[in-house]
Amino acid sequence: MIYYDKVTKAYNGGTPAVSDVTLSVDPGEFVSIVGHSGAGKTTLLKLLFAEIKPTTGSVYFGSQEVHLMSQAELLNLRRNIGTVFQDFRLLPTKNVFENIAFAMEVAGHSDEDIQADVPHVLELVGLSEKIWNFPRELSGGEQQRIAIARAIVNQPDVLIADEPTGNLDPINTHDVVEILKKINDLGTTVLLTTHNKSVIESVGRRVVTMDQGRIVRDDKSGKYTL
Amino acid sequence: MNTWVNVKRVARYGLIGFIRNGFVSLAAIVIMAITLFVVAGLLMAGSALESTLVYLTEKVDVNVYFVTNAEEQHILEMKRSLESLPEVASVTYTNREQAIAEFRERHKNDQLILQGLDELENNPLGASLSVRAKETSQYESIAKFLENTQESGGAGTLIEKVNFHQNKTAIDRLSGVIGASRQIGIVSASVFIIATILIAFNTVRLAIYTAREEIGVMNIVGASRWYVRGPFVIAGVLYGVISALIVLVILYPLTYSLSGPSADFFPAFDVFEHFTNSFPFYFLVLVGFGVCLGAISSILAIRRYLST
Repeated sequence: MIYYDKVTKAYNGGTPAVSDVTLSVDPGEFVSIVGHSGAGKTTLLKLLFAEIKPTTGSVYFGSQEVHLMSQAELLNLRRNIGTVFQDFRLLPTKNVFENIAFAMEVAGHSDEDIQADVPHVLELVGLSEKIWNFPRELSGGEQQRIAIARAIVNQPDVLIADEPTGNLDPINTHDVVEILKKINDLGTTVLLTTHNKSVIESVGRRVVTMDQGRIVRDDKSGKYTL
Repeated sequence: MNTWVNVKRVARYGLIGFIRNGFVSLAAIVIMAITLFVVAGLLMAGSALESTLVYLTEKVDVNVYFVTNAEEQHILEMKRSLESLPEVASVTYTNREQAIAEFRERHKNDQLILQGLDELENNPLGASLSVRAKETSQYESIAKFLENTQESGGAGTLIEKVNFHQNKTAIDRLSGVIGASRQIGIVSASVFIIATILIAFNTVRLAIYTAREEIGVMNIVGASRWYVRGPFVIAGVLYGVISALIVLVILYPLTYSLSGPSADFFPAFDVFEHFTNSFPFYFLVLVGFGVCLGAISSILAIRRYLST
């Protein structure tokens, strides 16, 4: 489903952030990518939704090479990949309902679908009562759950979670990991980056370890070894 | 998804963004209002200058005085030949009776002159033609035409005096002032307008800069360029419309209060009357300029943040 073929990415011609990476992810997998800061985890994810281009190599989503897609194809790809970040990246001038509705609107859903689905997905992440709040009125854990709700509302094939627990306390971390596992159980492929050992252990699935831009380990079931 | 639904959503987000980013919107409106105020001020100053120049130009003419025994039909012939010149705007004929009547009216408080006039048996004043050129710079060629007529004999011998040379210095100076005023007006207006446009553009750019992360998120969730750009363009248009309306509202009492003092500088120009008579023009120009400035600034400023 996702295939990185000898991908290298060097910013401004400097030391490669990702170096000669080949990685394959099957549909429905839960892959945790671990490594120190600067290991290349985030760069690897950004390459998948074409926020950056590889210096050499290719990234495939299904049968299509991501960086050769037309603008319309790229928009479809992004609508098909849910994204969650460490800093939440909610739209600050929109309330919770509008943040989630926005993702549905750009995917072309009708107002009726939006009215029906947004409360439903908020129920899934346990924040139904916060529907009219603005992001600044929510805690970090709540903001991250809203970000997850936005990422999954279009039922994407893939969910990318880039250090989603980085800014959260242990209780919220546990909640977020449980939600990600639930989403994966429903059939969505999940790519998670983290350097939190307890997160990897509680997930207990495939772990890819990166160091200095290269993949140094690829274990079928979760171990955090650095 | 049909286009109309998208347009409605973009418009709604534009309005919501405008209201919720209240402080940024206020700052953009203030700066844009200053820009439009400068534009309106320059337009008014240009009109004041132009009407004053026209007023002064109309004060200038060349008078051809005829000998007292010149026959009217010869004078009217000369009037027709003057009117046929392309440089001539108008020729006014004053016959001897009108000339003496005007002279008496002018000196009605000077009994000495009037008594002297009464003692004369005949009207001492000749008829005259008052020639007005289309441009002040054209009086020279009209005067030359009259000189040639005088020298060629015939009807020309009836001319007693042409007062062009007495007025020449004043006419030349006025021509220079008019030309220089127009050039200075155009150059200074252009500089002011460009400077204020750049300031307004930068303000809109800053407003969009504050939303750069929001734009980044919109890109990542797969929003199309127009879906991201649209709300900011709507907000830019709202900045323009509201600031134009504010300027129009301010201009009404301002021009009213300036109407009196400005009459000292511009005798032929009433700024309040000009504003009220030209209100549709100012409305269209300011709203149109504001809308274009807001929309174009937004489109240009957001370009660098669009990643697809």
